[in-house]
Amino acid sequence: MTVIAQPVIAVPVVAQPVIEARGLRKAFGTTMALDGIDLRIEEGRILGIIGPNGAGKTTALNAIIGLTPYQGELKVLGRDPWMERDQLMRDVCFIADVAVLPRWMRVSQALDYVAGVHPRFDRAKAEGFLARTNIRHTSRVRELSKGMVAQLHLALVMAIDARLLVLDEPTLGLDILYRKQFYDSLLNDYFDHSRTIVVTTHQVEDVQYVLTDLMFINRGRIALNCSLEEFESRYAEVAVKPEQVAAARGFRPIHERQVLGRSILLFDLAPDKVERQQLAALGEVRTPSIADLFVAVMGDSAGQAQGAAR
Amino acid sequence: MNIHSNAVPESSGAQAMPPTVMRATRPFCWSVRRELWENRSIYIAPLAAAGVYMLGFLISLVWMPHHLRHLVPPDPEHPLILLAMNYAHAGMLLTVTAFLVGIFYSLDALHGERRDRSILFWKSLPVSDRTTVLAKASIPLVVLPLIVLVLTVTVQIIMRVLTIAALMLAHGDVAKEWTLPLFQMQVGLLYGLIVIALWHAPIYCWFLLVSGWARRATFLWAVLPPLALAAVEYIAFRTTHLGLLLQDRLFGFSGAAFDLKDKNGVPIDPHFIPLSLFAPGRFLSSPSLWVGLLLAAGFLAAAVRLRRYQGPI
Repeated sequence: MTVIAQPVIAVPVVAQPVIEARGLRKAFGTTMALDGIDLRIEEGRILGIIGPNGAGKTTALNAIIGLTPYQGELKVLGRDPWMERDQLMRDVCFIADVAVLPRWMRVSQALDYVAGVHPRFDRAKAEGFLARTNIRHTSRVRELSKGMVAQLHLALVMAIDARLLVLDEPTLGLDILYRKQFYDSLLNDYFDHSRTIVVTTHQVEDVQYVLTDLMFINRGRIALNCSLEEFESRYAEVAVKPEQVAAARGFRPIHERQVLGRSILLFDLAPDKVERQQLAALGEVRTPSIADLFVAVMGDSAGQAQGAAR
Repeated sequence: MNIHSNAVPESSGAQAMPPTVMRATRPFCWSVRRELWENRSIYIAPLAAAGVYMLGFLISLVWMPHHLRHLVPPDPEHPLILLAMNYAHAGMLLTVTAFLVGIFYSLDALHGERRDRSILFWKSLPVSDRTTVLAKASIPLVVLPLIVLVLTVTVQIIMRVLTIAALMLAHGDVAKEWTLPLFQMQVGLLYGLIVIALWHAPIYCWFLLVSGWARRATFLWAVLPPLALAAVEYIAFRTTHLGLLLQDRLFGFSGAAFDLKDKNGVPIDPHFIPLSLFAPGRFLSSPSLWVGLLLAAGFLAAAVRLRRYQGPI
């Protein structure tokens, strides 16, 4: 059963969340990897989960795809991922890491096997994606470069007609060409508004123009959760000349850094705080990069969390 | 570049597209197949053993007609034994090879996928832990015995053809060779393989469980604790019940499934066991067999449950 009856709400189209979590918790020994996560992801979104090492990103994803038990409530496509992983995997795909494809496997065997066990796998589509690469069907995975393994995995996954795709550091260790190609393929050949993608990465700049939603997670808690539109309207960055720094600081920036003799101040434009027009007087107002906001929001606390959990 | 402009399905595609209807056994069959892809020793080792045996046999053909002509059965009551010996040895060699392959396969089956992190790939597919573990268990319990059966029967048929040809060339006694009921031996082999698979099932399943649980040194974790328990029992009580139990689990199948003495109480030669001495009834009613199978089922259930919790190591 994937449909949950909601008799009270009489709205004709009730968007069923793809992922819904309430009070998600997970402890490794005494460290809390997830410390009460509430999450609701609708269909057709691309959510980026950004966090320092050990923030709980992978644990959160593992809970979503049924790889780890957890406390609290979690439904993915209406199912309990821990109890129903094999059923769930008909509609959910994940790339847990680069280099998890078995090294002994031949490309043709990978195609045969996935076609054999997955009811929603379209082999012709996968062959089409592979035809664009230099990957030969007779090669074994261990003979492929890291970038080619990622291409192969992506070709397998994109040929599966899944509703949710979960990517945990899918481009770690790949060069910039492969990384760009990876996200381009994902957006152009795979994503549509009936699908949902959740991705974690440290290469924040790669995904800035890919995401529809953004989540910062730190020490098992959500530090920020907004759509990209909200992000763009809420945060602003101004490069301020030295003589205006004092005035700019009066608007209580959330972060300040020095670049080439200028101070770059990052502001939160929440209603009770500074207004965009006030900032315009100081200099050119820009949308900050996600990476800069990340440093601003997490900068102080991130270091302490490193290695505290996984 | 061939660009798939139609790669993006319609917006409702994911829900509307009816998934291919799949037989429930399909993931299982593909899982067994992928074990054979990954562990080619499952068929290469028995093939190599069969090849080595055939090589030895071919060389023996040079002197065999002479040998057979002058042969005096050591036991006049059982004249077939000398004829049967060559054929029986082929079956024994392959069975022992399959046992070793099965042991090392089982010790690695659930460990290797964690070691090389590929478990994350296998778990990303709609194949349940139960299907995976059962597919892995079927290798030593079903696939290897089948390989032994097919290879042994093939080797034995080739041997018989060559033996008869050699005898004819040397004007030997072809009629005597025909007195050996080879097909009956092969039925015996099938019975023996089933018996051994059922009898050894708890060993393989225990090894599978250890391979899913131990982080390293699977062989030591599988073998040392039972031996240590037996040693403790001996030191503490000067009894050897556990040791005898372990010995019986390894070798006891022959006594459980065959009458090893003929009607006069004389021990029979294991190279040729007449059908009349097969004891399937006694075997199937032996408590040892059923206790072993219960243990095997318990180990498998634990391995299935364990795999749900396991990730890369």
